[in-house]
Amino acid sequence: MIVGHLLRGGLNRWIVLSLAIILTIGVAIPALNLLLPWNHPLHVPTYIVALFGKYLCYALLALSLDLVWGYVGILSLGHGAFFALGGYAMGMYLMRQIGSRGVYGDPILPDFMVFLNWKELPWFWYGFDQFWFAALMVMIVPGLLAFVFGWFAFRSRVTGVYLSIITQAMTYALMLAFFRNNMGFGGNNGLTDFKDILGFSVQAGETRGALFFASAIALALGVLFVSALGASRYGKLMIAVRDAEARTRFIGYRPEYVKLFAFVASAVMAGIAGALYVPQVGIINPGEFAPANSIEVVVWTAVGGRGTIIGPIIGAILVNAGKSWLTGFAPEFWLFALGGLFVAVTLFLPKGIVGTAIDGWDGLRRMRESRRRERGEDETMTGHQPEAAE
Amino acid sequence: MTEAAMIEERPVLEQAPPHAVLTEDEAQEKRRRETILYLDGVSVSFDGFKAINNLSFLLGKGEMRAIIGPNGAGKTTMMDIITGKTRPDEGEVFFDGAVDLTKHDEPAIATMGIGRKFQKPTVFEGHTVEDNLALALSGSRSIFASIFHHRDAEEENRITEILETTRLSHLRHSSAANLSHGQKQWLEIGMLLAQDPKVLLVDEPVAGMTDAETAETARLLRDIAKDHSVVVVEHDMGFVRDLGVKVTCLHEGSVLSEGSIDHVSSDPKVVEVYLGR
Amino acid sequence: MVLIRTIIAALFIVFSALAAQTASAQDDDPALRQAIAGLGAEKGYSKLRKAIGIVVETGDPRGARVLDALSEGDVYRRETDGAVFIVSGRGKQLTLLDPVTGDETGTAAKSDLKKVRVNNSVRRSVREAIGALTLGAKDPGVRMSAARTMIDNPDPDSLDAIDTALDKETDADVRDALQQARAGAIILSDRDVSEKVSAIETIRDMGGQQALSLLVRARSGAGAEMREATDAAIASVRKRLQYWSLGQNVWYGLSLGSVLLLAAIGLAITFGVMGVINMAHGEMVMLGAYTTFMVQEIMRTSFPGLLDWSLPIALPLAFLVAGAVGFAMERGVIRFLYGRPLETLLATWGVSLILQQTVRTIFGPTNREVSNPSYMSGAFQLGELSITWNRLWIVVFALVVFGVLLYAMNRTSLGLKMRAVTQNRRMAAAMGIRTPWVDALTFALGSGIAGIAGVALSQIDNVSPNLGQGYIIDSFMVVVFGGVGNLWGTLIGALSLGVANKFLEPFAGAVLGKIFVLVFIILFIQKRPRGLFALKGRAVET
Repeated sequence: MIVGHLLRGGLNRWIVLSLAIILTIGVAIPALNLLLPWNHPLHVPTYIVALFGKYLCYALLALSLDLVWGYVGILSLGHGAFFALGGYAMGMYLMRQIGSRGVYGDPILPDFMVFLNWKELPWFWYGFDQFWFAALMVMIVPGLLAFVFGWFAFRSRVTGVYLSIITQAMTYALMLAFFRNNMGFGGNNGLTDFKDILGFSVQAGETRGALFFASAIALALGVLFVSALGASRYGKLMIAVRDAEARTRFIGYRPEYVKLFAFVASAVMAGIAGALYVPQVGIINPGEFAPANSIEVVVWTAVGGRGTIIGPIIGAILVNAGKSWLTGFAPEFWLFALGGLFVAVTLFLPKGIVGTAIDGWDGLRRMRESRRRERGEDETMTGHQPEAAE
Repeated sequence: MTEAAMIEERPVLEQAPPHAVLTEDEAQEKRRRETILYLDGVSVSFDGFKAINNLSFLLGKGEMRAIIGPNGAGKTTMMDIITGKTRPDEGEVFFDGAVDLTKHDEPAIATMGIGRKFQKPTVFEGHTVEDNLALALSGSRSIFASIFHHRDAEEENRITEILETTRLSHLRHSSAANLSHGQKQWLEIGMLLAQDPKVLLVDEPVAGMTDAETAETARLLRDIAKDHSVVVVEHDMGFVRDLGVKVTCLHEGSVLSEGSIDHVSSDPKVVEVYLGR
Repeated sequence: MVLIRTIIAALFIVFSALAAQTASAQDDDPALRQAIAGLGAEKGYSKLRKAIGIVVETGDPRGARVLDALSEGDVYRRETDGAVFIVSGRGKQLTLLDPVTGDETGTAAKSDLKKVRVNNSVRRSVREAIGALTLGAKDPGVRMSAARTMIDNPDPDSLDAIDTALDKETDADVRDALQQARAGAIILSDRDVSEKVSAIETIRDMGGQQALSLLVRARSGAGAEMREATDAAIASVRKRLQYWSLGQNVWYGLSLGSVLLLAAIGLAITFGVMGVINMAHGEMVMLGAYTTFMVQEIMRTSFPGLLDWSLPIALPLAFLVAGAVGFAMERGVIRFLYGRPLETLLATWGVSLILQQTVRTIFGPTNREVSNPSYMSGAFQLGELSITWNRLWIVVFALVVFGVLLYAMNRTSLGLKMRAVTQNRRMAAAMGIRTPWVDALTFALGSGIAGIAGVALSQIDNVSPNLGQGYIIDSFMVVVFGGVGNLWGTLIGALSLGVANKFLEPFAGAVLGKIFVLVFIILFIQKRPRGLFALKGRAVET
């Protein structure tokens, strides 16, 4: 429905281009990994597939943050929590798929429960042996948390840094909770040692390729979804709430619902990103809830350019590629670089790479137009009509 | 049960005999029914400071009223109370003679048909002039409706019409951030019109305008007042005189004087506290 | 068996700590050495007991060392010359320790040594002997400790020793302690009921956890006639304990609250007064802690005599170091971001990462040891409350810092300017206040105070590059909960959150308690977005 609406509203050619790139990568990288022999010059090594698969999930997470931060102006410092919850939901499914192949060989209970001397599966683990149920929970659990949290926060008009700080407190509280052994989520060690997903071994190259492709599809759908929202009247409403919340209220809108919808939608996106992330990295643990992780997502989005659709994706991939590269040869330098990036982006590049590029592009076009106008009115009148501002 | 229904029932409960002489309460009730805005005995204080003190204010249907008064007289707070931003400590506030405004919040009051322009012009600077008006256009305020909304020809026409009324047609596609101060004021008035309200509350519409713009705004407001009730808060006495309507002067949170511009401006109390000798 | 050993060990620890002081006064005593040599000479358990009696007769508390070792089976006789040693180590070569001083004197092959064998009756003699040696010591402090140890480990068999000691005891406090020890022993003995009932009263009056466990133990073995008295005593002790545990919780809460206050108080300036979201606030605390570490290292290596002074010296230095970093931060980053709180949040987070990594690069990622000076180590007992000195000092210190800051904000010219600038920047500028300078100084002040907090926190927390991370969320919670821009709110907020946390812990455990507090604050902010003590009215909106 939304897509249909988007098509009517007119797809931006940049969006089409980025969708094409994402899908091409989604097909090409696994294909080059699986179909070519390892010594072929175009062969993509397996670790690259895993690495890029991770980046795609991060990109979706950054895009979800962009939806609330860039469009509605809610700086969430707790988006890692939604990501991790989605990841845990998927992890629980993967745990139950292990069955009796665990160290203790219990057909129902995961190893850590046997180790803790539990006799029965806790009620909240029921149903996770079914993929459809887990897939549903991947979306429902983060969405529900976002709904409850947002319902209270937005209705009582908690805004700005206060909201940021309580989102941070939320993920911090969840981290403390998941570290506890008797929460029933594996405590410190989290969930790991997965065997298979939908009957396929998570280690197999084909499965990895499929997961990579699924991540690319999810990211593409995310891009479509966000750009469709952005193009709709609701998209304009989001911007309006971001820029002048009180005004929207006085013309009859309820900004708390505008925020709530975006927040819940964004949390669901983050949950899906987490669910795709877990089988690719093979582990989920409470460290994913760490407040520092959530803030890192913010910097990806800021680097790429918030309020744009491609920005957060570019930001997530660039920053994480930089991280992989730097930690490879000078790990102690990485935190300096990340810290410097935070400072530099806020001081010198507040609109991010893409935002600045768009500004520069617009400036250039205006300059060309005015120069053309100087040369003669007629030319502009008969020449290309300037495009409507986006 | 709606507010209106409850109020309708009250005289029945009191078993008022038909054709009897109206009691004082009933007379008041009747007077209220004829108003579009009705404030009676309203007080509100912030940390002990009485911003509004036993204020009573009536606005008839289709009436335009100018409000003057020194800084801190409670003009903006009065608008805050009417639009639901501030809850009064005591007193009655009714809209359209029947709806108790103290029981509703800003969006509800706005959709009932009370539009407000702020003292400091606030428009959506991230949007074009056209989109500003499009967002303000009357219609469903639901989130899901807004996701699937598609602008139709009728809406386009209304936007075009409002742009012409507010003389902003040539700026239709410009970003609202690039407008001049006066243009932002007009855009905000345009957004009020787009809401199609019954009452417009207009706070200092000509602040920062040139004389020509001020005269133009007065003409625009008189136009609007033909089919809307309007409350205008303004300091500019020339402008108020231009409007040619009944004037209320507020002082220290209550009404100091009310009447024609000549009556009010010659009232010694008004001269004393506001106009100066 | 185990009980006997622990008693001996406990008595011995008490005694050796105090004996160390007397050792230098009394020179090596040939009588003691001779008596000890007797332990190896005699064959058979009864003769060994007699030899133990000879050691007791010397009246020298140092004899307890070898007796303790004897009951542990660590005393050996060298076959070649009959000399007695305490032996440590395993295997074929054993280390020989002097039986009086405990110093190493050499090694010997195991085959050359013969163990002095003991049985339970010998062990009992040893315990009595140690009790007699310490209960009979000249120093009343030693006697007191010995009596306390006996209260902790009541045993009917020690009744004789206690009675003997009571006859000779002159010090009133020690007498009381001995009476309590005696009562404890009687309750567990098979003496007659009337004696036991009066003993139960003594124990009830003593109160405390020990009394409770003793009474519960007594109840299980008591006959019907005793049960009533015991139950009444248990109830009375329980009740008193409840009050004490309430007091204990309040104290722990205040102690935690004062830590929160210290961590948050600088933030109350930078965030509360200036409105700057400083995510690097925790790192200012960390810098203060590392300054303390540096000062202490320099003292240790260059001026060992001044080691106890390192905290007072570190205080101004920590203020300066953290203040200078804060100043540089304000001038270098934050001033470009006024009015953009979310960007400030991100940039200062970046700074915090850089500061952490800098410290990690210089000092390494592991915890650094900051020792407690003598006046901050140890604890004292206040009824049933055990109060550690460092916690007490930190509570006092936090309140002093708070008081000084309150004075600085309300009574000094800088404070006046700060408030003027934060309330109306343009008006303040128009009146000739150099607002950028005031901004920088205010921020430096807030950071400097965080540095001072670091000095205090170095005493109770691990000094590591991550130190600050642990405090940042709590600090924000305190400031937001208390009400932004209100120093008193920060004080009340910190203390009440501290107490709430400690009262939740017994029911929910430490982690869950913390989660509850976080959730509570999240909900609280929804209800009162501006905290406990918020400004109201129109001024807030604009």
